[in-house]
Amino acid sequence: MPQAIAPLRITAYSTVSAAGHGKAALIDALARRATGLRPNDFGAQPLSTWIGRVSGIEDAPLPARWAEWECRNNRLAWMGLESDGFVDAALACVERHGAHRVALVLGTSTSSIGASEEAYQRLEADGTYPPDLRRPIVHTPHSLGDFVAAALGIRGPCVTVATACSSSAKVFAQAERLLRIGLADAAIVGGVDTLCGSVLFGFNSLELVAPDPCRPFDRARRGISLGEAAGFALLERGPGPQPQLLGYGESSDAHHMSSPHPEGVGARMAMRAALERARIDASQIDYINLHGTASRKNDEVEAQAIADLLPARTHAASTKAWTGHTLGAAGIVEAAICLLAFETGLMPGNLNAEDLDPACGPQLRIDNAQGAPRHALSNSFGFGGNNCCLLFGAGGAA
Amino acid sequence: MSVARCVYVDGIALWAPLLPGWDAARSILRGDSEAAAIPAPRPAPTLLPANERRRAPDTVALALEVALRASEAAGADPKQMPSVFASTHGDLAISDYMCATLVDAPTQISPTKFHNSVHNAAAGYWSIASGSHAPYTSVSAYEHTFGEAWLEAASLIECEGGRALLVAYDIEARGPMATLVHCRGMLGVALVLAAERSSASRFEVSWRVDPGRDANTPARCASLVDGYALSTCLALFEGLASSAPSQVRQTLGADLTLDLALRPLQ
Repeated sequence: MPQAIAPLRITAYSTVSAAGHGKAALIDALARRATGLRPNDFGAQPLSTWIGRVSGIEDAPLPARWAEWECRNNRLAWMGLESDGFVDAALACVERHGAHRVALVLGTSTSSIGASEEAYQRLEADGTYPPDLRRPIVHTPHSLGDFVAAALGIRGPCVTVATACSSSAKVFAQAERLLRIGLADAAIVGGVDTLCGSVLFGFNSLELVAPDPCRPFDRARRGISLGEAAGFALLERGPGPQPQLLGYGESSDAHHMSSPHPEGVGARMAMRAALERARIDASQIDYINLHGTASRKNDEVEAQAIADLLPARTHAASTKAWTGHTLGAAGIVEAAICLLAFETGLMPGNLNAEDLDPACGPQLRIDNAQGAPRHALSNSFGFGGNNCCLLFGAGGAA
Repeated sequence: MSVARCVYVDGIALWAPLLPGWDAARSILRGDSEAAAIPAPRPAPTLLPANERRRAPDTVALALEVALRASEAAGADPKQMPSVFASTHGDLAISDYMCATLVDAPTQISPTKFHNSVHNAAAGYWSIASGSHAPYTSVSAYEHTFGEAWLEAASLIECEGGRALLVAYDIEARGPMATLVHCRGMLGVALVLAAERSSASRFEVSWRVDPGRDANTPARCASLVDGYALSTCLALFEGLASSAPSQVRQTLGADLTLDLALRPLQ
């Protein structure tokens, strides 16, 4: 059994996605069942699909003092920091604990590869990058972590996790370890991924992209809708009324690079490990935010695992039809939706699903529900068979 | 100063064109022999099925080679060991391919190249080839990549006990990318770290994290990996090649350092 952990308080969090700029907008979209997806208008030759594009990134350059990090992904990171008062909470935390005692662990799948794509589109005659893109930091995966550390003045451990679509769930686990052994007194975790040619045409090459808005867990689902998002959370030790990280489970499928294990071996291991680490029984889980990408294979495997592992009363659904699949940011966005469920009682259903896949048990819900959830899980599974499940508790305030 | 922590090194591996494998590298790094004049060809990822070996990306071939050698040296079962994979830039050859193909023929992108483009591809192949359901991660921290990866691997075993595999690798930049991303060659390293001393343990390492702006310890043989993204960690492997105690510093950030005190064990 994994080592039990002391609960970590989540003292601030933020999220920006196509479904809402900030927590209030997101909860409003979830309650109204208003999707953030739109017909693909990204790039010069857009594929026929739907995307979760965040409006306004093009008109929101980084403040001039951070011009070195300028790119779409870091712009969205900055939007996420400015959202929901997160930047003020983070700066106060750095002030309170000291810059060296705050760790930064961020997830992304493609970081700012969009800047490299743009450089290739605008190469100079001699094959070099255009002068405005001759900034090495935006052409490397740690672009994200390096920018946020600079923006918040963090001097503690700082790392970018890139395990594809589980990235910004894994950050909670890595940060918990740093806090547990005392390498930091607080940690800022999160994730940012932005739309770019690599992911749109890449997922298209694997025939995983739906021509219509994605329909998680629907019998007739046709694939994923890609999206972009940013989100952050501040983790601190000690007592308090805030919601808490109670556990996490990490595992590997050891099966295939881009297809889940047919019996969901790794997914089940991650969910069990999260419950075991938190010393919480499956019967106590009120809500689970599923990975639910709407790919044929993921949803079938995940639905079966949920049917087997969780009680019938657990409210299980995916929110991908609101946000799109935001890849390396999916973990943090969906963690935020779990935390919002504690705050508001709203447990979203499966938007766009009309006729559930036969693999779905009674846990899978189409309609939203209102309740008073106390324990919530969030699943995130990535390419390379990388799985992470997070377990959150409502804390003392709910 | 911060508290000192302790781990054991049970397995060591390194591969670079002029340091092809730990046995050769150890002798060269100790000053017992000279590096060959001709670079070695890329290692064959023997862990992969024969039909996948030739097609495997360079990052995968390199990472699997050092991961396997370190595990073998430690007598460690990959199925029982979580792993931390680290790469400064990921697969620069595939990134070059993706960016170039997006300009020329975006709808013609190879699905295999795309799924191999994820930063955790090497780690994914490792878990598949070794049949390990143990967790792995894949991290990057620009010039501090090795130090931050050490931190995660050492934290893992301090938290959960047992052993952890640490693998760091980078390959040379290609195409237009090479004009801005500076990595001139393949360098892969791997360590099996253990919470407890065993008969497999080769070094006891006392490590600590402190504020400070000191640079990485320079390596005596730095010219053999000059311009490689991970050349920053070579001094640690010079220490691990030696029979004498040594001290090595790795940066974790602009103002944070990892200090390692190595003590050889009999």
